[in-house]
Amino acid sequence: MSTTGVDVALPRLLAGISLRGMVVHDRHLAVHGPLPSAARLDGGAIVELAERSRLRGRGGARFPSAIKMRAVRASRGQAIVVANGCESEPMSGKDALLLSELPHLVLDGATLAARAVGADRVIVAFERSNSDARASLEHALKQRRAAGVDDAVRFELFTAAETFLTGQETSLVSQINGGLPRPTFIPPRPTARGVRKRPTLVQNVETLAHLALIARHGADWYAQLGTEAEPGSTLVTVLGAVKEPGVYEIECGTGLERLFAAAGGVRGAVAGMLIGGYFGSWLPAALVSELELSDASLGRHNAALGCGVVVALPAASCPVAETVRVAIYLATETANQCGPCVHGSAAIARTLHAIAQGNAPTGALADLGRWTTVLPGRGACHLPDGLAHFVSTALATFPDAFDDHARHGPCTACGAEALLDIPPRGGAR
Amino acid sequence: MKIRVNPINCHAHGLCAELFPEWIRLDEWGYPIINPEVVPRELEAHARRAADACPTLALLLTRD
Repeated sequence: MSTTGVDVALPRLLAGISLRGMVVHDRHLAVHGPLPSAARLDGGAIVELAERSRLRGRGGARFPSAIKMRAVRASRGQAIVVANGCESEPMSGKDALLLSELPHLVLDGATLAARAVGADRVIVAFERSNSDARASLEHALKQRRAAGVDDAVRFELFTAAETFLTGQETSLVSQINGGLPRPTFIPPRPTARGVRKRPTLVQNVETLAHLALIARHGADWYAQLGTEAEPGSTLVTVLGAVKEPGVYEIECGTGLERLFAAAGGVRGAVAGMLIGGYFGSWLPAALVSELELSDASLGRHNAALGCGVVVALPAASCPVAETVRVAIYLATETANQCGPCVHGSAAIARTLHAIAQGNAPTGALADLGRWTTVLPGRGACHLPDGLAHFVSTALATFPDAFDDHARHGPCTACGAEALLDIPPRGGAR
Repeated sequence: MKIRVNPINCHAHGLCAELFPEWIRLDEWGYPIINPEVVPRELEAHARRAADACPTLALLLTRD
């Protein structure tokens, strides 16, 4: 994995990283300086900073942090903060990188978030398989105690289940409360009633890392990079037909071509791109020179950066085989709670598989069109929405390939090694 | 008034679509597809009847 910035003002989050082990506390302080004290920067000021810098969640939904913080502050009861490092998106590597290499940045951000909402406790959550995160966090907490850092909160580490929905906000809260890793119906939102029925601020670990730097340098510094609508930098995981796949820190709004160049350049011909991971969108390769990784540019193509996964699909891969594998994976990751998701996801996966095998009944493509239209918005979480969008953008981006498979069955590339990663059932990643 | 369903509680009994077909239809698996618009005042009584009839109390009427 390569980890670098693509701009002269970058890296920010990834500054000081060596990849020879976690950035220790002394080095963290040398790179970033100390965290502003509560006397210099109180809770209300932190919320204002989050608002002025337009900080948005980096877990996938890109929800404004300040709105969440205000909702927690407006709720009655002792607040609690959850630092969400459950990177359940199989292709994403940024959260694991932050937890294992830069735990002090995440812990700084969590301290600030706790200050912002008046929380006395922070729960840092990560998946069971992520033993590096646990080791780094334990080590980092020990270093902070030894250095006499007053975080004014109690930290707890929480080991979460190994499922696609484990990091979904209400699913994570459910687990921390002793329940299953299943989304719950909203309302109540965790901001009103979350962990131990308390108002709970759940923030992705990258969001917290950004907060740690914004608190030190201010909203104007943050906005020196990025676009007016989306200031700052963001982490992306670039994979597929690039020479140096890995986690990169980019300026928000960076052109896709520039990102691929930073990742060593494109290797061979590209058939299409997947932007935003398994809840994301397939887009045709012809758009590579035009696309910027911003809401404005991606939104024109009904896409979004989501969790930051960008995959260049090599021309030697089969888009049908890749799409079918992921669709089956997502359909099997349903929490089995909501009828439309249970039945609709299975129907989509089954029909896609039949198309790939060349034995789908006539009307299969029309069925897929109907199901992907009728499914969004009808589950307690967005799994059916994500699956429907993933599949409908695949059908729109690779119509000839799906048509060819429907008529003639598997192509020569179908047997090629899978590019899009599917975690083994019930096992560690 | 708007209508929402709690999809976790809904078990596809289908009474809602039977009682309020102007607003609620069923997908091919029997789960409700609900018109997201505001229910006109003259139809609110139908919405209430549908919500009351749901065996799993999955239909929610929201003020909007």
